[in-house]
Amino acid sequence: MYQIIRKKELNSSVTQMDVLAPLVAKKAKPGQFIILRVDEDGERIPLTIAGSDREEGSVRIIFQVVGGTTMKLNAKKAGEFIQDFTGPLGCPTDIEGKKRVCVIGGGVGCAIAMPVARALHEAGTEVTSIIGFRSKDILILEDEFKSFSDRLIVTTDDGSYGFHGNVTVPLKEMLDKGETFDEIITIGPLIMMKFVVLAAKPYNVPVTVSMNPIMIDGTGMCGCCRLTLTQDGKRVTKFACVDGPDFNGYEVDFDEAMSRNRMYMPFETRKREENCNLLREAE
Amino acid sequence: MAIDPKKHEMPTQDPAVRAHNFSEVALGYDSETAVAEASRCLNCKNQPCVSGCPVNIHIPEFLAKVKEGKFEEAYQIINLTSSLPAVCGRVCPQESQCESKCTLGIKFEPVGIGRVERFVADYHREHNTASAEKPASNGHRVAIVGSGPSGLTCAGDLAKKGYQVTVYEALHKAGGVLVYGIPEFRLPKSIVAAEVETLKQLGVDVETNIVIGKTLTIDELFDMGYEAVFVGSGAGLPNFMNIPGEALKGVYSANEFLTRSNLMKSYLSDPDTPIMKGGKVAVVGGGNVAMDAARTALRLGAEKVYIVYRRSMTELPARKEEVEHAQEEGIEFLLLHNPTEIIGFNNPDDPRDERNGFVTGMKCIKMELGEPDEKGRRRPVPIEGSEFTIDVDTVIMAIGTSPNPLIKNTTNGLEVNNRGGIIVNEDGLTSREGIYAGGDAVTGAATVISAMGAGKLAAKSIDEALSA
Repeated sequence: MYQIIRKKELNSSVTQMDVLAPLVAKKAKPGQFIILRVDEDGERIPLTIAGSDREEGSVRIIFQVVGGTTMKLNAKKAGEFIQDFTGPLGCPTDIEGKKRVCVIGGGVGCAIAMPVARALHEAGTEVTSIIGFRSKDILILEDEFKSFSDRLIVTTDDGSYGFHGNVTVPLKEMLDKGETFDEIITIGPLIMMKFVVLAAKPYNVPVTVSMNPIMIDGTGMCGCCRLTLTQDGKRVTKFACVDGPDFNGYEVDFDEAMSRNRMYMPFETRKREENCNLLREAE
Repeated sequence: MAIDPKKHEMPTQDPAVRAHNFSEVALGYDSETAVAEASRCLNCKNQPCVSGCPVNIHIPEFLAKVKEGKFEEAYQIINLTSSLPAVCGRVCPQESQCESKCTLGIKFEPVGIGRVERFVADYHREHNTASAEKPASNGHRVAIVGSGPSGLTCAGDLAKKGYQVTVYEALHKAGGVLVYGIPEFRLPKSIVAAEVETLKQLGVDVETNIVIGKTLTIDELFDMGYEAVFVGSGAGLPNFMNIPGEALKGVYSANEFLTRSNLMKSYLSDPDTPIMKGGKVAVVGGGNVAMDAARTALRLGAEKVYIVYRRSMTELPARKEEVEHAQEEGIEFLLLHNPTEIIGFNNPDDPRDERNGFVTGMKCIKMELGEPDEKGRRRPVPIEGSEFTIDVDTVIMAIGTSPNPLIKNTTNGLEVNNRGGIIVNEDGLTSREGIYAGGDAVTGAATVISAMGAGKLAAKSIDEALSA
């Protein structure tokens, strides 16, 4: 059992938790993820690590309530326990030897982009961050990004805060003006990452994307997290849990990944509603 | 008294009933049947059956005890060499091991050794209330990576000799393939849990949720004071055929499908983990895993289940009993067939149609057997122009696995072969001092009992090395 030592609501549907897991905290690096189960017979879900404190032995996770399991997790209070918590899994984001990097986060993906921005910043990289949200009321981690970025651009789809539009608009403007980056690292909804790749393509900037497919074991056994890359003109199957979760954005088949992520959508919707009703009854 | 030429039949659930439940298919012998079956043993001098068993169970001796009705004594004889008798009695391919060597089998059907073994193990579990005694510690510490059949066997053998053993398991539950892979109807999970409990009573410490190669490395295990490490991390990533359509929704690897149903309990009525139930299902492959996946799909409510296998029934590698059970339950075998493409739904007028991207069919080509390959198996060759499509909603690929790279990538000096399997010598020792390995991590996908044999060998080698 793993204790939740702190819990904070970042917005109405996004929660931050610090979980006591010393062995995971000791090894965790930006870009890696954990797998958790809220309770016995619960589902295994992957969540990317948003930070860790080795001394305290805690690992930070930030998640959005999207299905039955995240709803159950969100119902846990500080001091309570999670059944299982395994990691750190996957390969860390490569942050070595980069001079200028643009970090682009979207929605709850900013929770994963933030530790990457911080690690780059601490390694002496010049960091430009673009973080995008639907609207101002779901904005998260602005202060953190400010302190780890040489330049921060916040965008909202509805124009309620910062730049009006999605993250690709300021990116294109910068690239059009002749700005260069060693790399763009983007983490967020698949559709956003797909369009970041398309926007960067004419300028030949390398793009790393962080994939978030459905997983079960997360250790290279079940193959559920597979995705298709095109390498040297050939389509190859890769597994996000052991080969990723970071991939070369130009190689990823996003349309396929988006379709696969929708496989259990009706199930998730029903589960969320069921748990919602259960929680309401309990209150 | 004349010897009964046939094995006593194993009572089973009626196929029409069991096709819709997850309860165990084979019900086990009662004591009279077990005694009668054990009495068929000729007690021949050279004991060929023992050499057919990867862990060399003293078969004639335990059968003799069963014959006398001394079931607990029989259990103690099995327990000398096997850590998991209730498991082996259920899942071993006895027809190609002990029973294939049985002298009685030359003229008649061999003794049903596996069935009697299962009876003895079940008798012990149901009647014995004393917990296993923890032996005095010899002060040596050994770490085991993975709690599947090889790891549990190695742990059990070492614990019985007084070693302080810690088993590290990546998943949230101990048992490896015995809990995530083999379904409840073939191996009830309560039996695996009881076997793990026995090991704990012997003093074995089981740590779940620890991924060796990630949470801890093997070198860190040595730093922590372990003097030897056994790697029984099992098979790895599932293989796919590299045909079009394998990323469609409704295509599973057998590992994923079985893990969802077994480990994550998707077969229950209101699971947290979803799985596709019902419809028409094609399972590609002919091994035990393929049979397990097909029969699981049937029990989850499929209206039609096919096994699609590119060779003929003669070459089909699954355990004979599983094939017979699958056939009785109504699973259709498309032998000498090979998939060439999986077809998905696509509404060209509406990209938002929620049926888009789901499997609707699988294209297959008929095969014939050609010249034997280097292993002597006749190579299947496609018959040109014989392609046709079967309507299916789910496709399950059960065509083997490739070793997991996690341990190899994080352990310097650990040599692997060209398929990624860890290289070991005849003692189960790897290229690194103090690191032993066995089971699927070494051989690629094989059987539970061969993994147990490897765990046993490594335990013996570790004991020799550390007590020297």
